[in-house]
Amino acid sequence: MKTIYKKPESISDKPFHYCPGCGHGVVHRLIGEVIDELGEEKNTIAVVPVGCAVMGYDYLKCDVLEAAHGRAPAVATGVKRCLPDRLVFSYQGDGDLAAIGTAETIHAAARGENITVIFINNTIYGMTGGQMAPTTLCGQVTQTSPCGRDPYTQGFPLRMCEILSQVDGVSYIERCAIDTVQHINAAKKAIKKAFIYQREHGAYSFIELLCACPTNWGMTPAQAIERVGREMSEYFPLGVYIDKIGSCGR
Amino acid sequence: MKQMMKGNEAVAAAAIYSGVKCFFGYPITPQTEISAYMAKHLPENGGVFLQAESEISAINMVYGAAGAGFRVMTSSSGPGMSLKQEGISFLAGADLPCVIVNVMRGGPGLGGIQPSQADYFQAVKGGGHGDYRLIVLAPASVREMAEFTVRAFNLADKWRMPVMILSDGILGQMMEAVEIDELPAVEHYEKPWAASGRGERKEHNIIKTLYLDPEELERMVFSREERYKEIAREHQDWEEYLCDDAEIVVTAYGITARIARAAVERAREKGIKAGLIRPITLYPFPVKAFENERRAVICAEMSAGQMVEDVRLAVNGRYPVYFYGRTGGMLPDEEEILNCIERAAKGEMV
Repeated sequence: MKTIYKKPESISDKPFHYCPGCGHGVVHRLIGEVIDELGEEKNTIAVVPVGCAVMGYDYLKCDVLEAAHGRAPAVATGVKRCLPDRLVFSYQGDGDLAAIGTAETIHAAARGENITVIFINNTIYGMTGGQMAPTTLCGQVTQTSPCGRDPYTQGFPLRMCEILSQVDGVSYIERCAIDTVQHINAAKKAIKKAFIYQREHGAYSFIELLCACPTNWGMTPAQAIERVGREMSEYFPLGVYIDKIGSCGR
Repeated sequence: MKQMMKGNEAVAAAAIYSGVKCFFGYPITPQTEISAYMAKHLPENGGVFLQAESEISAINMVYGAAGAGFRVMTSSSGPGMSLKQEGISFLAGADLPCVIVNVMRGGPGLGGIQPSQADYFQAVKGGGHGDYRLIVLAPASVREMAEFTVRAFNLADKWRMPVMILSDGILGQMMEAVEIDELPAVEHYEKPWAASGRGERKEHNIIKTLYLDPEELERMVFSREERYKEIAREHQDWEEYLCDDAEIVVTAYGITARIARAAVERAREKGIKAGLIRPITLYPFPVKAFENERRAVICAEMSAGQMVEDVRLAVNGRYPVYFYGRTGGMLPDEEEILNCIERAAKGEMV
């Protein structure tokens, strides 16, 4: 019998601890597939965040460093500056990347560090049980915005792709969504392009992935995935924001 | 060849001699010459100098480079050292070797930019969260700033833990002659645990601090405690001056020890049997140095009284322990310490 679908080689056999409908499992798989296709498993170093994805070190078979909350781009900088030939990526959630680690995020981009940042935006702090994140949408109810986020007292949601588009050090920025098959395929293409840019052009890339968090949104997986395509994609438009390498090639 | 160098430059030169791959820093007085020296000389020696966006980022870059298996250093002062504490706790929790230099200035808060020894507690008792220790070395000259840097890298790799050089604004800024070519030998340690890319290894390496199972975390902490005990047995270091027959002993570290030494000499001229114990390792604290019976010991510091607590623990009530300190950037002078010795000799010190 011919195998037509299997787990990527660079993903371990450990069952994911993620909730049903969560985007992390899908994104881990995409990263695993890309690492396999590029033949980089032995050469990749991942930096995982504080948050639901901290246990990424149990799922990825490459070498992994767990970073302090928000510091993944700084840790990845330390690794990559020592080992410029390795493929180095950080994997970060919205609280990690756009709140406590905003400075690390922006300055790694400004330096054009030769790393890839994978940004999981699910508009909420997942691991701590559903508090307001820097990307929580206006009106969204969370544990710490029980009446819905009021932007005039609690701030407006940050659009990180748009912010980082102002930074000259960046080579490639794309925002994708983990909702439909078409979007998931586009997300994989974006991750692959970012890794190739890192390997071949020494480029800093930033891939934002809109993901569902059904548990903390108080929705079924189906409702949550629908929200990604509707409400979230409206505030955080999908698409390529910067692609300096691709456009140079044209 | 002897050359005149600032203490800060000596640290940087000795780090390059030790094979440091990366230096991550952020400007703050009075340690900035370390960054400036590294910016100029580390790249030409094949290393990486990077000015980070904050001390927090700098220490986390250290975590990345150390985790990848390379010799790495950062330095700071005052508020910058406070910012680094998060990362230092992670480095200790992940068992990563690195060298951290604190050129102490007055605090708390922004404090001042004059020399101080008020970060003793932060360096020796923890600083960040959780059960952990650093090896802490206290140089007292520009020569020692260089020597202890080499020693710090060796100890960090040997014991897989962060080592701190606890210096101060005087040692950092003053110039003395130093033989930068005649430093201790650089030791080399294999780092099979490093997250440097799996290559042909069967298992991947993970650098982490998270242990959600409390039994496992307790085991990790206790095994580290065992290592600290071994370090305390092996590495207590101090210098004694005129201690053989000393009745009144002054104890001081770093630049304060040099002032105390002059005071001890003057006390001897006046017929008082005075001596000096200069702790070199602040962690492990040289408890053994206080085994002999004395009439009294006077702990002199540029702080409101921090090391004195460890001296009291070491003496354990066997004889009186007095304290004399200046702080906020003020120095105890020779006269003041001499006065303490005289009062202690007369039994008038409290």
